[in-house]
Amino acid sequence: MDSYRQILKNGLWVNNQAFVALLGLCPLLAVSNTLINGLGLGIATTLTLILSNTLISLVRQQVGGEIRLPVFVLIIASIVTIIELIMNAYFYELYLILGIFIPLIVTNCAIIGRAEAYASKNPVGASAMDGLSMGLGFTAALVLLGALREMIGSGTLFANAHLMFGEAASGMTLTLIDDYEGFLLAILPPGAFIGLGLLIALKNVIDKRLAKPSQQTVTVDFATKKA
Amino acid sequence: MLWVLIALLPGCITMIWQFGYGVLFNIIICLSTAVVAEAWMLKLRGRNIKPFISDLSAVVTALLLALALPTIAPWWLPFVGTLIAIVIAKHLYGGLGYNPFNPAMVAFAVLMVSFPKNMTVWVLPSSLLANDIGLAETAQLVFSSLSSSPIIDSITAATPLDEMKTRLNLSQTTDEIRHAAIFSNIAGEGWQWVSLAYLAGGCLLIGKKVISWHIPVSLLAGLFIASSIAYLVEPSISPSPLFHLLSGGAMLGAFFIATDPVTAATTLKGRIIYGLLIGLMSYIIRTWGGYPEGIAFAVLLINMTVPMIDQYTRPRVYGHK
Repeated sequence: MDSYRQILKNGLWVNNQAFVALLGLCPLLAVSNTLINGLGLGIATTLTLILSNTLISLVRQQVGGEIRLPVFVLIIASIVTIIELIMNAYFYELYLILGIFIPLIVTNCAIIGRAEAYASKNPVGASAMDGLSMGLGFTAALVLLGALREMIGSGTLFANAHLMFGEAASGMTLTLIDDYEGFLLAILPPGAFIGLGLLIALKNVIDKRLAKPSQQTVTVDFATKKA
Repeated sequence: MLWVLIALLPGCITMIWQFGYGVLFNIIICLSTAVVAEAWMLKLRGRNIKPFISDLSAVVTALLLALALPTIAPWWLPFVGTLIAIVIAKHLYGGLGYNPFNPAMVAFAVLMVSFPKNMTVWVLPSSLLANDIGLAETAQLVFSSLSSSPIIDSITAATPLDEMKTRLNLSQTTDEIRHAAIFSNIAGEGWQWVSLAYLAGGCLLIGKKVISWHIPVSLLAGLFIASSIAYLVEPSISPSPLFHLLSGGAMLGAFFIATDPVTAATTLKGRIIYGLLIGLMSYIIRTWGGYPEGIAFAVLLINMTVPMIDQYTRPRVYGHK
């Protein structure tokens, strides 16, 4: 069993679901047009991941091989329904903006991927930790991409912060450039693809820089990615 | 590539003569940005800078973009456009020879989608201006905030293609529209001369065997056939074929943009199909699309089909069935 630190590192960096595994791209690309939208969906996905990993790990001994996928999907769907209802009750405006992408968390391949690859084979504690770290990694990707697109696309940061943090946060919006005309492409879908590509490239560059001092790390990295 | 630049000269000169110094600023900004960006990307990618800069491909891309941009543009528009063309559309795909899309047209499309307001403001041709805009005045317009300038409304207008589309949507007939000053009865004041200059430059390229006749001729034929059919069926709501050929970017696109050796089809039959499709697609976008000019989007869309066109038009190898 991996140590918790190792799991955390895996989720945030080495096996980041968005940047390395390239899972869950549909919501990632669709709602990352502002930082707050990204953060909202990221938190919802993280909660789903923690709960689903925990529950699936709990029932992993009872659920046989043939029916495991339908069982996983049912568990994930129930959790997402709960989260959707909570968001509907407490974050109504954000719920409206994220719209179809909240129920669609069910189909996020990152979640079923972690259930199948990790939670169905590991004890509860490690699985919950894996859910948390994978969720945080995914949230980090959403927030980074959201911030990038928001800055380039409309020249602000934290726009609509009141949707998540209440009225007190409405002053959080930073206007980076006054009179910015807006680079519309960054907010449109092509901007999401280009932005994600650039972020993945950046991650690869950093990995390469880190790997340079010792050649050993390269092979280790490669092995974990394959797994 | 040098011959392409030489062949573009008559077009450049006519553009400056007809539309003022704004074009000159576009050209200067695009060219300098392109050379710096190309050198920077080559350095980052660890390539030899000198042979790749001196093949002039970046300069041609920049010049084509500069000629496609509005005749008066705030300085950042050509700057951002050129960066997109060189960095994203060319080097991120692997540099010269590997890019599936025409870099200049990718940049044009990105700018068109991102900054529709700036991309549709064109200076009136000088013959329609009350008094000429001098070099210093143009520089001031380009480098200060263009949109807040008080005189901007008096010196700019929609392009003939744009105007034609807007007015047709208001259910006016082509006969009524044609008599407006900016059309000068055929294809638009200033525009027809620019188009003829590109045509002359293009003929020089064909004469010098830099490009083959297949793509330009079939592109213009595609546009001509589509517009002729519409014109014969419904002359009151369809602009004449001559209008389609001589306005907007049809000539520039046919001779200089669609013929880009990297992104065009390579087989002879394929080139004809490629040209016809671009012509047809431009007509479709001009007539029914949301944007007034369709050449750029048509070139990009048909660029995507090039691998398939080449696949199915590959000549039979001697001795094979």
